[in-house]
Amino acid sequence: MQRTNPTSLPKDQWDIVITPHREHPSFSEVWKFRDLLYMFVKRDVVTVYKQTVLGPIWFFVQPILTTVVYMVVFGGIAGISTDGVPRILFYSAGVVLWNYFAESLTQTSKTFMENSRIFGKVYFPRIIVPISKVVSGLLKFCIQLFFFLAVLIYHLSIGTKLHPNLYILLTPALITLMAVMGLGFGLIVTSLTSKYRDLMFLIQFGVQLFMYATPIIYPSSIIPEKYKLFISLNPITYVVEGFRYAFLGTGSWSWIGLGYAVAFAFGLLAIGVYIFDRTEKTVMDTV
Amino acid sequence: MSVVIEVEDLGKLYRLGEVGTGTLSHDLKRWWALTRGKEDPYSQVGRVNIRTERAEKGEYVWALQNISFSIQKGDVVGIIGKNGAGKSTLLKILSRITAPTSGSLRIKGRVGSLLEVGTGFHPEMTGRENVFMNGTILGMRRHEIVRKFDDIVDFAGIAKYIDTPVKRYSSGMMVRLGFAVAAFLEPEILIVDEVLAVGDAEFQKRCLGKMEEVSRDQGRTILFVSHNMSSVNTLCHTGMFLANGQLEFQGDIQQVISRYLNYSSSGNGKLVLSSRNDIERRGNRLFGEIISISTRNTKGEILDTFEFGQQLYVDMRVEIKQEVVDPELGICISTSRGTRLQHLVSKWEREFGKIAPGVYDVTVELQELMVYPGDYTLTAWFRHYVKEPADDFIESALSIKVIKSEKMGRFKDFTNYSPIGGVYAKSNWYLQNAHG
Repeated sequence: MQRTNPTSLPKDQWDIVITPHREHPSFSEVWKFRDLLYMFVKRDVVTVYKQTVLGPIWFFVQPILTTVVYMVVFGGIAGISTDGVPRILFYSAGVVLWNYFAESLTQTSKTFMENSRIFGKVYFPRIIVPISKVVSGLLKFCIQLFFFLAVLIYHLSIGTKLHPNLYILLTPALITLMAVMGLGFGLIVTSLTSKYRDLMFLIQFGVQLFMYATPIIYPSSIIPEKYKLFISLNPITYVVEGFRYAFLGTGSWSWIGLGYAVAFAFGLLAIGVYIFDRTEKTVMDTV
Repeated sequence: MSVVIEVEDLGKLYRLGEVGTGTLSHDLKRWWALTRGKEDPYSQVGRVNIRTERAEKGEYVWALQNISFSIQKGDVVGIIGKNGAGKSTLLKILSRITAPTSGSLRIKGRVGSLLEVGTGFHPEMTGRENVFMNGTILGMRRHEIVRKFDDIVDFAGIAKYIDTPVKRYSSGMMVRLGFAVAAFLEPEILIVDEVLAVGDAEFQKRCLGKMEEVSRDQGRTILFVSHNMSSVNTLCHTGMFLANGQLEFQGDIQQVISRYLNYSSSGNGKLVLSSRNDIERRGNRLFGEIISISTRNTKGEILDTFEFGQQLYVDMRVEIKQEVVDPELGICISTSRGTRLQHLVSKWEREFGKIAPGVYDVTVELQELMVYPGDYTLTAWFRHYVKEPADDFIESALSIKVIKSEKMGRFKDFTNYSPIGGVYAKSNWYLQNAHG
């Protein structure tokens, strides 16, 4: 060992250079840890319902119950229109899709708080954790989607007038949009909550409010003129509407709206990744 | 030999006290200053990190400052220092858990850091699942773990339980499994914190053996933090000694260890505790405390060097704060590697009876100093009652040197032996012809 000799190796020969202002995370580094991503997803899926009697059936219970409650409260009591679609189909489509967004957002927003122990002991690209949450949420979403599809097939078989169409092929894109928005939001929230805990209380409340600002429990066709602009600024509107249009034939498919949603989602993700990366470097001193 | 780690002028600033209201305003001020291209207003507030001084609320402190060094490939480097000296912070920066505030650091090769065993273990998952979880967290690929899986389970010695959820494991089994995974990491640079403090002695030995084997055979670079001087000594060739966030000394591990022990102990034969706040000391000192401690010879000269076999007197001035009955005072002689050799305990010899509050001088007489020539430290303690923890416990309060002596008959010369840190015992030897 000896005192530093500044000219010992040319700059590009080092594998890791650490300075107070670290460079941005590289995709190749995240890629190197892809097995860890797999393990995190596996852990999420395997451990959630361990030591429960019903096990994975719980994945279905939650959206079914929510759908039933919405059918009774918003459909039955409040009498909100469903554009002529059977209520169960209308609500389950919204619930399943919204759940995925809400799950992704709330799960990723807990990244730093829930993993502070691991983060304090070992390095890996931190973004693996929120990505894993979005992926394990996707598995859950796919299971719940079966519930929706089962209801849909039942209604088609009894001859209910529905118009599923070729836009169904674009569903993966819609789901990706939801995932990207949930992730982007979550990254921003978790970065801020790591220092200012207050936001944690706001987020659950905020997600709920956000749902009412999205055509989940009502179709966009009944929105009064004065709120139209407000709802149309919400990018998720176009995703939900598009999803319903593809499977049920009601709602609307707006290429412009979806283009806006795409721009919004990836803009959000970029901001999220940037803030997350900045927070990541010193977060262990504050959490 | 090539340089694999190069650290230049590294510093880390921490904010003390509670982070709450005020952080936002500090952040805004800092942001305002930085956007105008001025220096961070709070980094100047930070001072040298002296743990024992009380921090003002919201004060900033340099947990590490001006750290520069470089490490060669294959070096096994021990990092020592007292609690709060900055060891863990340095490891955290090296393993990229937190970023430094200033300076830079360059690393060549794959880094594996082991600041904890079994990171990411999930209690509900089986041992098998957790091996994969922990392994991937530490940066291994899954096919790599599959290949090494049997060896890992063998090393941990828990083959029978591998498909049981780890929540049913004993804590010892968890540590074994966790370390076994880490032992099969193949980074070029391994960073190890005091993880070996847990686990039983036999397993600790195996872990140390495994680490040694790895560094020797594969030329792996290891950075090792420990409070256990004997494991640092056996494992490391070179070392660094951190104190108050500064790199105090670096070099050969023997020198580093003796620097460390001398730093915390007073070298000239007398230690007045009120004048020092950097001493490793524990206890609540409610009933009494040690004010000063010194060593002297028969002539009454205060010294730190004694001849083998000589008489040694240790004087302690003790303040009794509340009335105590039969308290205990003790001195322990330890080697410079930290191994405890001899205990001189008042209780074993006599009782002091009832002692009223006041200041007392206590003298311990050691008839013959029977430790081999070399460097030793004295640890002192006071406790008001044997079943309670010590009221005042001063680790390595004084250091003494034992030198060869002419007095002890045949024991003039130890040069053909290397009995470092041992105690001489008198033995008689008889020789006679078997047939005669």
